[in-house]
Amino acid sequence: MATIADEFHAHSDGHVHDHHDHDHKPGFFARWFMSTNHKDIGTLYLIFAITAGIIGGAISGIMRAELAQPGIQYLGYFAQLLGTKDPSFDQQLHLWNVLITAHGLIMVFFMVMPAIIGGFGNWFVPIMIGAPDMAFPRMNNISFWLTVAGFCSLMCSAFVPGGTGQGAGIGWTAYAPLSTSGSQGPAVDFAIFSLHLAGAGSIMGAINFITTIFNMRAPGMTLHKMPLFVWSVLVTAFLLLLALPVLAAAITMLLTDRNFHTTFFDAAGGGDPVLYQHLFWFFGHPEVYIMILPGFGIISQIVSTFSRKPVFGYLGMAYAMVAIGVVGFVVWAHHMYTTGLSEDVKMYFTTATMVIAVPTGIKIFSWIATMWGGSIRFASPMVWAIGFIFLFTVGGVTGVELANGGLDDNLQDTYYVVGHFHYVLSLGAVTSLFAGFYYWFPKMSGRWHSELLSYLHFAVFFVGVNMIFFPMHFLGMQGMPRRYPDFTPAYAYWNHIATIGYMVMAVSIGIWIVNIIYAFTMGKKAEGNYWGEGATTLEWTLSSPPPFHQFETLPVIKDDGHH
Amino acid sequence: MAGLNPPVPQNRNRRVAMIAAGVALGMAGLGYASVPLYRIFCQATGYGGTPRRASEAQAEGVKVAAGRTMSVRFDANVDPGMPWQFRPRQTTQTVGIGARTLAIFEAHNTSDKPITGAASFNVSPDEAARYFTKVACFCFTQQTLQPGQSVAMPVSYYVDPKILEDKDLKGLEQITLSYTFHPVPGA
Ligand code: HEM
Ligand SMILES: [Cu+2]
Repeated sequence: MATIADEFHAHSDGHVHDHHDHDHKPGFFARWFMSTNHKDIGTLYLIFAITAGIIGGAISGIMRAELAQPGIQYLGYFAQLLGTKDPSFDQQLHLWNVLITAHGLIMVFFMVMPAIIGGFGNWFVPIMIGAPDMAFPRMNNISFWLTVAGFCSLMCSAFVPGGTGQGAGIGWTAYAPLSTSGSQGPAVDFAIFSLHLAGAGSIMGAINFITTIFNMRAPGMTLHKMPLFVWSVLVTAFLLLLALPVLAAAITMLLTDRNFHTTFFDAAGGGDPVLYQHLFWFFGHPEVYIMILPGFGIISQIVSTFSRKPVFGYLGMAYAMVAIGVVGFVVWAHHMYTTGLSEDVKMYFTTATMVIAVPTGIKIFSWIATMWGGSIRFASPMVWAIGFIFLFTVGGVTGVELANGGLDDNLQDTYYVVGHFHYVLSLGAVTSLFAGFYYWFPKMSGRWHSELLSYLHFAVFFVGVNMIFFPMHFLGMQGMPRRYPDFTPAYAYWNHIATIGYMVMAVSIGIWIVNIIYAFTMGKKAEGNYWGEGATTLEWTLSSPPPFHQFETLPVIKDDGHH
Repeated sequence: MAGLNPPVPQNRNRRVAMIAAGVALGMAGLGYASVPLYRIFCQATGYGGTPRRASEAQAEGVKVAAGRTMSVRFDANVDPGMPWQFRPRQTTQTVGIGARTLAIFEAHNTSDKPITGAASFNVSPDEAARYFTKVACFCFTQQTLQPGQSVAMPVSYYVDPKILEDKDLKGLEQITLSYTFHPVPGA
């Protein structure tokens, strides 16, 4: 392989080895629109994800406002704003479906995935394995712009007819027949096409990560020495590769059922709408792990850094993720307990689903064991990481409850499920995103955020999201169904609390934005390894921000490696 | 600049990428393959309330379980907007388990155009579907009714005596057989 700097040591502090003084950067347009540099593409993904996240978050703000009290208050106003003159009652209700659809699709495909895989994955996977860039830099660029195009397609769908009113009101799951014969008009086609584009981008990204991680590790960086974040992205890439094409097939069948008279999901022509659910959830369950595994990786890096010791049970942690990925493919029907499965099938899916809790538990206990006896420093990323462990565990516990076929017959499609998946996603995945943000922001930008504001951000966010989502468990157990804009006054109290929680959460996002502005205007310059002892992965051997091209001389990983 | 980069092992990269892309294509193919596989699976297992089919010869070989009966309820629907009337001639039948029975449905085209329909069917409870066996049925083929025409549509079926051994269905007293007629587009 290439020239190897003999004296290079993977763990040398703050060692900048930009061996030539000219660090060529292309001009603005070429740099940001035709980018092939993994760090620039990572930055683009992060900016895109933040933008999409703010839009998706604003949509949930409209939803929480509407749910603040019984009755329909704001839907008519917003339907008019989107171009429906004098919206009828049904058109107002249709807008509700459009909002929940847009919120779910944006948060899953255009916020969490681009941020955690496209953003942090692109930025740090090559650096952590000592590679100069991704294996296919140009394909990396295509992945990003396909994702952006997908987002545009989804946004367009809001302004064209989708059946009862403007926009696609089919839920993020796009179940047939609502998404086929139930929604005439181009909006649903736009929404489905948006998933095709984003899916194609993600599959290319997955191929890129797999190739990069298999082929471009620096000398000495064996698979079993890779940082856990890299492991998490590797497993995620495999999940994407195996799951997304099935979604692509399913939604292509939706498209042909809609437009070309096929009857894959239409009983009139011998099809079966339940088949769509099987295909969707065969993708859908691995998808939820696609959103959380990289978060697991980030938390592992952070907990290890701030406990100043390697992760407890490194191999167990890596293979727990592999196990979660594998078992994740055989549990999909736990989303379908009420579709008429036989007792035996329900028993199987209940058991298989609960098996996933075992490797998940291994991860939680290993994080705790890493902290145990470590000399812990409560810098802001660590505070966020501990918050993650707590919130994710709550979501995991409600998951195990829902896994019981008998119990789920009652809880399916209630707010209990909404509570469950927001604890693992909005509170789990998003908390890991913020943890990673504060961990790496000075590395990426070269400037310090305010630690004080980061703590404040955490405190307000933590109170806010728990206020929004914890009451949903009560509402669900009382029987409040999900996906309705109205409810009986019996549910008013906890819905009101949840809406107040939303406002608290929104304030925390404001604090975060102020923090970013602070960093760029007043932030101190960050050194190469600003977290010091404990930060042992390769990104800490580079300057902050890292040189435009890093590792032109490959680092050599010696055999004493931490992970 | 490129000269300073390590020689990128392009061929190795391309190979891994090709294998990965092949896996992705294979999964998309499996997605499509699931359509026929699912149909076969449902017919073989009665999953999702798909009743089973038997030939005349198979039906001959079934032994009637002495003294055991089951009530069968019939339900008939048409797609919203389809100008047909469709109803069972009998609401329920009490049949010997294993005994071959005939049920009649009546369909009437109320429009002034010939209309072709296809019937989809389902059995409830789902678990009973694998024992509900049809020998002949109007639902096996498409049916065309001329303007104003009325037709009697027979179903010949039996309840497989193995149902008596199924622990999930212990104490079951009634099985519902439901049909829905859908217009066949372009026919
Ligand atoms: C111990 C692990 C977990 C178990 C046992 C579990 C179990 C379940 C079950 C049984 C359901 C179906 C509930 C219903 O619809 O009635 C469900 C829904 C859901 N779960 Fe989990 N889950 C786990 C972890 C996760 C994680 C880590 C995520 C994402 C990061 C997640 C995201 C979701 C989502 C998004 C839904 C709802 C999908 C929908 O209907 O729209 N779950 N979970
Ligand atoms: Cu699941």
